Amino acid sequence: MLLRLAWTSLTLHRSRTLLAMLGVAVAAAMLLDMVMLSSGMRESFRSLLVTTGYQIRLAPRGTLPFDTDASIEGGGGLVDSLSAIPGVAAVSPVLGGQLHVTHEGHAVTAFALGGVAAVQGDYDIVAGRAPAAVNELVGSADFLAAAGARVGDTVMASAGFDPELRGTTGLRPLVIVGRAHFIYTPAGQRAVALPIATLQRMEGSAATDRVSLAMVRADSGVDVEHLRAAVEHEFPRVSAISTETALQQVDQRLSYFRQLALILGVVSLVVGFLLVTTMVTVSVNERLGEIVVMRAIGVARMRVVSQILLESVALMSVGTAAGLGLGLLTGEYLNGILSGFPGLPAEIRFFVFAPHDAWTALGLLVGAGLLAGIYPSWRGASRPIAITLREEAI
Amino acid sequence: MAGAQGPLVVVNDVTRAYAMSGDAPTVAALRGVSFRAGKGEYLAIVGPSGCGKSTLLNLLGGIDTPDTGSVTIGGVHVDGMSDREATRFRLLRVGFVFQRFYLMPALTAAENVELPMAEAGRPKTERRARARALLDYVGLGARASHRPTQLSGGEQQRVAIARALANEPMLLLADEPTGELDAGTGAEMIELLARVNRDGTTIIVVTHDEDLARAARREIHMRDGRIVGDTGERGA
Repeated sequence: MLLRLAWTSLTLHRSRTLLAMLGVAVAAAMLLDMVMLSSGMRESFRSLLVTTGYQIRLAPRGTLPFDTDASIEGGGGLVDSLSAIPGVAAVSPVLGGQLHVTHEGHAVTAFALGGVAAVQGDYDIVAGRAPAAVNELVGSADFLAAAGARVGDTVMASAGFDPELRGTTGLRPLVIVGRAHFIYTPAGQRAVALPIATLQRMEGSAATDRVSLAMVRADSGVDVEHLRAAVEHEFPRVSAISTETALQQVDQRLSYFRQLALILGVVSLVVGFLLVTTMVTVSVNERLGEIVVMRAIGVARMRVVSQILLESVALMSVGTAAGLGLGLLTGEYLNGILSGFPGLPAEIRFFVFAPHDAWTALGLLVGAGLLAGIYPSWRGASRPIAITLREEAI
Repeated sequence: MAGAQGPLVVVNDVTRAYAMSGDAPTVAALRGVSFRAGKGEYLAIVGPSGCGKSTLLNLLGGIDTPDTGSVTIGGVHVDGMSDREATRFRLLRVGFVFQRFYLMPALTAAENVELPMAEAGRPKTERRARARALLDYVGLGARASHRPTQLSGGEQQRVAIARALANEPMLLLADEPTGELDAGTGAEMIELLARVNRDGTTIIVVTHDEDLARAARREIHMRDGRIVGDTGERGA
């Protein structure tokens, strides 16, 4: 019967109830988005880093992978030495560069990744196969479209333009053997992958056997941080970055995001709290007569409080449920906008639904609604019956 | 009757004053009121507005407490009860009927009658059957599923009486039960209350309505917080 009373009381003032629920929904959506934002980018970055199973990345000392054009000499020797360290399961060398092809008189430039197909961790084959021979490459859909090429075509590709010789460098025919999805490239980025030896030769860096970075996969059960320290100790000219240390750096760079998210999240909670307090206070004041009569005919104070609290919980629950959907929709919409952020991998999501965090935040909001209802409902149910009845009768 | 069966209601030298807002002096609503009423009595408390009759009714029902003196209902000291005890007392021992009906607008007539029984923990089937029987008793069996807004003032007051009788109270307290009704409907209400009393319920009613007062078997007249007249039981 209490449930019925609470429900009917809410439906009696439909417009007001709907507006309050809408307000709670907006607060819940904002809170959810802020929670998704505060942890989303970090979690998205983490899943991006671990997706290929490599836990350690080696870059030239003092740099981050592909942050600069710096590279490491003696890549082949580095790979061999790394592979010999106990606990190392696989090593994937990567050389970054550019590759140019001509299509209908225009140069089409793509980001080129030289690697070893068997151990690469930069792309997934979507069609065709990985490049195995020295004259093979795979390209992203954007590259293939811009180059007007399809899988199976041969393109004349160069690694650069030499202004002194006024000619291209490393020009050679390459067969497109596949279409690939590149994991770490920004949206719309044209990208190709080819054997590292081919790219080294095209760039003229074969003599020094340069690599931009090397990725290391640890054996299962191996302490990654321990392995990272061992690698860095063994190779003082490189910086070894584990997924955890990379995430720490991401945390530092995203601290402003998180602070902003925290502040806005707290604001959402406070708004939800005040909204429900106002709503319940207005409702209690309107129904003081009913409330004291319930008390007068012998309904226990706690029962009256519970009935009013049920209303605030219903408001919060329905509003929060609607806010969940609204928050996911707005998060997805904002993700769409932010995915074009320059220099960020297209796979990075700013708003990621982390169930535990989201349920905690939304639970907090419902809890705040419950708290918000306690004071006005208790105050209403504790009014002196005789005096209130007299005031109501006037 | 009070003498024959022992007093159900004993009010002994009760005073009650209300603090007004600001620096205004307190207003003495009751100044040493004493009376007794027996089981089965039908008593009307009459007097001009502000004479303290509603205050007295509130003290009898345990929704207010006297400053001095004592109120005993059925041997229980109402004035010394905790809030929880007073709530339970009102639920099981006293039925209230208010001038403005005060039904729960969210509930149907039957559910309004069921409310005190649900609070008392009576089983659903039992309280449904009793609510139906009580609505039949007050002549509203056909209106059980109507909301208060779909009922006339007289019908709402009948539902309020059925609600007041739900837990078989030893005492029915009515504060101006005909105050919001037209003369014809008021007469029906007077007849209904008389029937309730004839069927064994003790009634104390506060009223300005002379017809209602005459229908009661005893009248207590109040003025300025004091009892100034008591007819005793007519025909006793």
